[in-house]
Amino acid sequence: MTATPLADGGDSHLPDGVEPRTFDGDQRLATRGEPVYGEPVQDGWRAWDPGRSKLGAMLGRGVETGFAGGDTVLYLGAASGTTVSHVADFAGPTYAVEFAPRPARDLVRAAESRPNLFPLLKDARKPETYAHVVESGVDVLFQDVATRGQGEVACRNRQFLADDGWLVATIKARSEDVTGPTEVTFGHVVDTIETEYEVVTTERMDPLHEDHLAVVARPR
Amino acid sequence: MTGDGWFAGCDAGDTATAAEHVREGRADAPADWPTRAVESGFAPDEEAYYTALHEACVAATRGEATEAERAGDQQLVHAVRAMDDCMRTANELAERLSEWAGALFDEDGAGVEFARTVADREPTTPDEERAVSLAERVVDLADEAEDLEAYVETRAPTVAPNLAAMAGPVLAARLVALAGGLESLAKKPSGTVQVLGAEDALFAHLRGHASSPKHGVIYTHEYVRGTRPADRGSAARAVAGKLTIAARVDHYSGERKPELDAELDERMAAIRARAEDDEEGDEE
Repeated sequence: MTATPLADGGDSHLPDGVEPRTFDGDQRLATRGEPVYGEPVQDGWRAWDPGRSKLGAMLGRGVETGFAGGDTVLYLGAASGTTVSHVADFAGPTYAVEFAPRPARDLVRAAESRPNLFPLLKDARKPETYAHVVESGVDVLFQDVATRGQGEVACRNRQFLADDGWLVATIKARSEDVTGPTEVTFGHVVDTIETEYEVVTTERMDPLHEDHLAVVARPR
Repeated sequence: MTGDGWFAGCDAGDTATAAEHVREGRADAPADWPTRAVESGFAPDEEAYYTALHEACVAATRGEATEAERAGDQQLVHAVRAMDDCMRTANELAERLSEWAGALFDEDGAGVEFARTVADREPTTPDEERAVSLAERVVDLADEAEDLEAYVETRAPTVAPNLAAMAGPVLAARLVALAGGLESLAKKPSGTVQVLGAEDALFAHLRGHASSPKHGVIYTHEYVRGTRPADRGSAARAVAGKLTIAARVDHYSGERKPELDAELDERMAAIRARAEDDEEGDEE
């Protein structure tokens, strides 16, 4: 549950290929790759905006995510590819599942310069529609889907994960229940996740990402 | 193919077929596809496998995303316009028919329902034959309008999920049609969205001899129509504001955001509470 702030210089939790770099005098996390969303670039390193990326915010806060660098990753809810482009910069084969066609167009653009990024226009609630493409035994299952039933999505996609792999999920309370108290909503989702996983860490993402909970878990 | 990887039955280098497999294929469970692909001779090594996979996924996703977008808002615009045309024409012809059939048959009536009873008749004279045939056309047009409405109802949520959820699929489609597309709707200020469909009244107002219209087609929204006249301007403004945001989210992100509906619900509760306050005030 402890998070070492980046300012303390603790970056042992950072995967290989993610480094704090200085942009315009500010210390920011960065990865090496082609720019995707107009982020600052210096010497081939792209600044990782924690306000636009929940994973970026987690790493910035020192959360242990299980990403080591060079991992095989299944990323659910890739949207326009902002975060998954950074993941593909430091990880190995990265499968990016996105359901909505419009952001998928941007995702394809991010994938063009990244041979290890595989964009898939699929519904994360239906793993059988991409199990013929995504390999078994992935190291990290990352999930950021804005749909009802986020706990079920994590459970259904457990089959892709290696037994010693990691689930990293960001849960959006407002997708489950628009008006209910967020703590209760998070409780339900975490309960569902716990049917298939052992939860290692949960952490509120406020203030950068309001009403979001980060969950790190290992398969049972 | 429930147990095969995407590369099964696919030659290396045939990206088109591979992309189709990525799109259409299924499997009950994942497997160690890279190893299997190398063993089956699809790829000489893992690196070649991943290169082929990358090409197939990029081609599949690009193709599918483009198709989905192309099929999107313009299809909806055509469908809702055709729906209105069919309905209007059916009603017009039904009026003509009720004049004609009223003179030919004992019963008379009006509208599409009357046309349905006439269409079921067995004509006995050449005059009746023409009238019954006309009635059949009316029924066909009304049925087509219904089918188009059903199509709009399934189509609108995929084209504009937030707008469709908030406005209802038909009103969402009408707004997109009046603006000429989702993109142009997303670029309109909320004040314009508020009076879309009330252009005659708006221009009368701009010429200086009428009050400004409070609402256009958004009048059909329950939150506008169901609010007392004194607060309808506020309601129309609130509804138009949130529908505009919904259209922008739909166009620029495409992601469903249920919290938008909740914000409108809250705002409307506040506006409608005024009526209750007034009633209580009257009682005092």
